[in-house]
Amino acid sequence: METLEPILAEHPFFRELARPDLHLLVGCASNVVFEAGTTIFREGEDADSFYLIRQGKVALEAESPERHSVIVQTLGKGEVLGWSWLVPPYHWCFDAKAVDLTRAIALNGKCLREKCDENPRLGYELLKGFARIMAERLQAARMQMLDIYGTNT
Amino acid sequence: MLGRANPMLPMICGIERVKRETHDTFTFELTPPCDYSFAPGQFNMLYVFGVGEVAISVSGDPSKKEALVHTIRAVGSVTKAICKLKGGGSVGVRGAFGSDWQIDKAVGKDVVLVAGGIGLAPLRPVIYHILANRAEFGRVSVLYGTRTTGDLVFRREIEQWRGRFDLDFEVTVDTASADWRGDVGFVTTLIRKASFDPLETVAMLCGPEIMMRFSIAELKKLGLTSEQIFVSMERNMKCAVGFCGHCQFGPAFVCRDGPVFRLDHLEPLFGKHEI
Amino acid sequence: MPDILESKNLQQLIEVLSADGYRVVAPTVRDNAIIYDEIATVADLPKGWTDKQDGGNYRLEKRKDDAFFGYNVGPHSWKKFLHPPVTRLFRAKLEGNGFQVVPEVEETPDFAFFGVRSCELHAIAIHDRVLIDEQFVDPVYQARREKIFTVAVNCGQAGGTCFCVSMNTGPKASFGYDIVLTEVLDGERHYFTVETGSEKGAEVMSKIPLRKAEAEESETAEKIVAETVLQMGRYLDTTGIRDLLIRNYDHPRWDEVASRCLTCANCTMVCPTCFCSTVEDVTDLKGHAAERWRKWDSCFTLDFSYIHGGNVRSSAKSRYRQWMTHKLSAWIDQFETSGCVGCGRCITWCPTGIDITEEVRAIRETEVSD
Repeated sequence: METLEPILAEHPFFRELARPDLHLLVGCASNVVFEAGTTIFREGEDADSFYLIRQGKVALEAESPERHSVIVQTLGKGEVLGWSWLVPPYHWCFDAKAVDLTRAIALNGKCLREKCDENPRLGYELLKGFARIMAERLQAARMQMLDIYGTNT
Repeated sequence: MLGRANPMLPMICGIERVKRETHDTFTFELTPPCDYSFAPGQFNMLYVFGVGEVAISVSGDPSKKEALVHTIRAVGSVTKAICKLKGGGSVGVRGAFGSDWQIDKAVGKDVVLVAGGIGLAPLRPVIYHILANRAEFGRVSVLYGTRTTGDLVFRREIEQWRGRFDLDFEVTVDTASADWRGDVGFVTTLIRKASFDPLETVAMLCGPEIMMRFSIAELKKLGLTSEQIFVSMERNMKCAVGFCGHCQFGPAFVCRDGPVFRLDHLEPLFGKHEI
Repeated sequence: MPDILESKNLQQLIEVLSADGYRVVAPTVRDNAIIYDEIATVADLPKGWTDKQDGGNYRLEKRKDDAFFGYNVGPHSWKKFLHPPVTRLFRAKLEGNGFQVVPEVEETPDFAFFGVRSCELHAIAIHDRVLIDEQFVDPVYQARREKIFTVAVNCGQAGGTCFCVSMNTGPKASFGYDIVLTEVLDGERHYFTVETGSEKGAEVMSKIPLRKAEAEESETAEKIVAETVLQMGRYLDTTGIRDLLIRNYDHPRWDEVASRCLTCANCTMVCPTCFCSTVEDVTDLKGHAAERWRKWDSCFTLDFSYIHGGNVRSSAKSRYRQWMTHKLSAWIDQFETSGCVGCGRCITWCPTGIDITEEVRAIRETEVSD
């Protein structure tokens, strides 16, 4: 049977990961498709997976002080959606919605956490990948927060 | 260059047309003075009667001699006064001043333009030039970041450009309402996704200095060197001809040696505070 | 061999220059300082005066002799005549929907600068480079500059804040003059050696009573200037100074000097090479006529570096650093010369006595000890 391993290996997030590690992870992976407009997850729900986006676009939304939905970030092909599965109490912090038809590989968080507990070296590799993404997003969020193109800076 | 005899004297130019881009940004088409020409990246000093002068990059098509175009955001006393002017009025013009993007250095290469906010205006002449001479360049990406969807300038043109197959025009905003179908995020995320050959690419950056600093870091992470990166600098300018001293950046006069610099010519001071 | 002008005949030089249509501007005493202004006779010169100078300190004192040039430079420099503190650039008037620009038609005065020191000749040469020799020409400066007649004076003594020897700009005038004088007070004798530097100078000299110098007179004059070299109140080591300052942009000394700097801009106003300016627009009450003025500005003012969003250099530290690194380092890149001529004015006229030579030394010393 064909597994998802070659697809995982192609995704930029796993490009650096060694083959045996990928092999361990593939059991936690499944193929998912979201039609445009579908909600992928909601703030407060259990964060039981993360997604490697293969195609499409996902918007992370939050409620603004004026009670409107605002998009705080969009993610597309080659990017990773979600890291709340990694941090207790494993709840989503934003709503995620597919803007376009979105294809992704979902990795089950509980399954991953167990594998990482058994294999700390794999856990360390994964954590390094997420740390990089989190740093990039924190930096970007700070830039957005600074309102650098603003009118009254 | 106009008025070589007295570089401080403006020429009077009539305002042909004014187009509202956003709530605070307007594009002005002026009747150019005779024998006027500019290179993409250069700027003019625009004088408003009794109010003062301000340095504004030319945002029009360098091959169209019949109109001199500036895109101006009303943020200071002079720009606010300009933005109140209407077709039929006039402004004083001195220029064109300063260095240009040196597009010829990008011939045969991939081109990445990174624009932040009103920084798209000084890059628009580059887009016109590239599209008019498209075969001379490799892959071309325009990566444009701005505050909100309401702050996007040149909307209709951007739609046309986004429809082209020979130009990758990406837009990202800092925040958007839920009905926005485009990207939300910092402009660096667009750099990561753009396709270009880092060894054979020229990057041109225009926007707030902090945006350029982070964009440079991202471009360098992908393999570009300082020699491949051009930045357009903003400093206070009173004279535009190297007399007033206001625009100094270390050893450079931004009015005369810039506004466009190859990054290695600004290092090691670029990125330091209060230079 | 130079010529000799007896001191009693100095008045004739002023008269010849006046007769030739020059407005003679020279050192003169006003408000307890030696400044530059128009003079009518030798009696207007600071005869018998000298100045005591140190960091933040300037004091006139009586000399024991009748020297005409027995002092050093004061708070003024010749830039106030060549690069006026305030100039109207143009006028404009409303016409229909638009307006017209009316260029300035200025009758430029013919100045004879009387008593220009070597450091000041260097300062004028630096302004020539900035305002004439680059891509653009400042017509205001050029019109004035072309017409000046320069009577230079070799310094017979150095002041407490002088360091022209360090900057290689004095104390002996080597270029840029029409006539150069060296004043000699030798017992009962009081005379000037005179040399010409131009055709114009020779023509003026032909109209005043001169005689050839004796070898001994010439040697005495040269000895005086040679002794001045040894009296410099300050010393600045310029070795590799461009790179020294570039390397030390983040040096803690900038914070230290900022704690003493009042950002008052005195140093830039008295500096003979500082050329920065700003512009001001004015209109009449009806708003039908407008004028554009250029005024001296200083990099020590807060809004000097203003761009939309704020001032680039908001701390005192960054503004002092801008001034000093521009003067001693960036200037070399921009104009292939130092922007400092070692006149010492910035030291003397700093209200807190900040000393550019001391600041350089402080930075250099930390490198040596590293």
